[in-house]
Amino acid sequence: MGFVFFLIIVALILLWAIFKYNALVALKNQVINGWKQIDVQLKRRHDLIPNLVNTVKGYMEFEQDTLRQVIEARNAAVSAKGIAEAAAKEGELSNVLTRLFALMENYPTLKANENVKGLQEELTSTENKVSFARQFYNDIATKFNIAQQVFPGNIIANIFGFKPSELFQIENAAEREVPSVNLSLKK
Amino acid sequence: MFNFPDIYEQQKRNRRMTVLIMALFILFFGFLGYGFDLFYLGSDPLGVLGEATGGFPLGTVLALLVAGGSSALGLAKGAQAVLSSAHAYPIPENDPKFKVLQDVVEEVSIAAGIPTPRIYIIPDADPNALATGKDPEHSYIAVTEGLLATVNRDELQGVVAHEISHVKNYDIRLITIIAVLVGAIFLLSDWGGRAMRFGFGGGSRKRIRLSGNLGALALVIFAVWLIALILSPIISQVLAMAVSRQREYLADASGAELTRNPLALAGALEKLDSASAPTASIKKGSANLCIVDPLGRKMNAKEGKLADLFGTHPPISKRITYLKAMAYQIHPTTA
Repeated sequence: MGFVFFLIIVALILLWAIFKYNALVALKNQVINGWKQIDVQLKRRHDLIPNLVNTVKGYMEFEQDTLRQVIEARNAAVSAKGIAEAAAKEGELSNVLTRLFALMENYPTLKANENVKGLQEELTSTENKVSFARQFYNDIATKFNIAQQVFPGNIIANIFGFKPSELFQIENAAEREVPSVNLSLKK
Repeated sequence: MFNFPDIYEQQKRNRRMTVLIMALFILFFGFLGYGFDLFYLGSDPLGVLGEATGGFPLGTVLALLVAGGSSALGLAKGAQAVLSSAHAYPIPENDPKFKVLQDVVEEVSIAAGIPTPRIYIIPDADPNALATGKDPEHSYIAVTEGLLATVNRDELQGVVAHEISHVKNYDIRLITIIAVLVGAIFLLSDWGGRAMRFGFGGGSRKRIRLSGNLGALALVIFAVWLIALILSPIISQVLAMAVSRQREYLADASGAELTRNPLALAGALEKLDSASAPTASIKKGSANLCIVDPLGRKMNAKEGKLADLFGTHPPISKRITYLKAMAYQIHPTTA
């Protein structure tokens, strides 16, 4: 009788371990997919920038400095290695791009150009996609990391050697924060 | 303070609710069909009125077939039904006119981590938007031409984020099913009404004999059945109310969580509110799917318990207040 009881306990613990392990693997795959999504959008951005710079060069002859900075920031971002460095370089690229867009406001003929308009929409959208992909990646990576750290999941994470994922953080004062929701307010 | 609406809890609740409503709907149809058998065809295989009598329960079988069929069809084809009833057309590939819309939908889908829904345009000058479908893998977002003409890029993003939230938390499945089932109930009450008109006139072949205590029971059941049949359009209204106002507040909040920009949606809602013309293309059954009430019903501008019960949408001013409060909590100085 006692032996059967013991077996049942062991079986339950094993089941739990399998369940936990699978949950961690599922999260890990989501993190990998999240990172791929960022990667796709970053590549798109890197491809678009030379195009934009070539198109606006003729109009913005007095802004050669800014254009050069954009290209430099882009090249630095392309050659960045690892999540932390990529995050830093991409952050810088975002900043110079914002500056370029602001400067473009001063050139009405430039803004009227259909080609430029199309490119600008393309880049705006890609910027948004980069930041949303980052937002999603960070959320899921945080979840993955927490799942590895809390007891008793950490036992499984240790046994199978799960490593916490690095977050994709950029240094940017204008970073949008998570809004807080309070639906308990009186209706 | 940071009590985000738990998306997984919402998904679970919506899935459960869909199953429950479909089961109730099939039971209700079965009840009506059985009554038809009992009182018109005189067969009582279950022996509700005492002795079980034979005879093929035609009404029950038909009603169950219709109910089961429309539930299954609702799941599989409900979205198409909703879209075609609004005369929506899919956006053409690579049309520069819809480039921004396509970009915005892709952006927000990335934020939500779901596949990009298919995008449709509703040819209507009134600004409105709706989402429909079975699950995030089979979902549709439709916006009116009026919406594209009215809101700016950020506001469009806010509206799309609201709709994507409905997609992600499975609101679309529940609401689409309800829209389809409500349609089926209207059909049934029409059919029942006709049966009644003809049924009483022509003498039925073997109408059940009502006598003594049994007669009283039969009479009660008959009364309940008749009332259920007559009230079925109202019951469908109650079904639709399962989709409460709370859902819209939640979608607003989750949408703002996706874009981190509550003020953009607030701005869009202000514009949608001031364009008070009803969205003629959108049928009554699909009203629950829309971001603002397409019928412009007065009930939805009101507050209080009764309006909460019968209204499909919360008052827009209230929604804007909530969104602004969210924005204030992020940047206390700018909002």
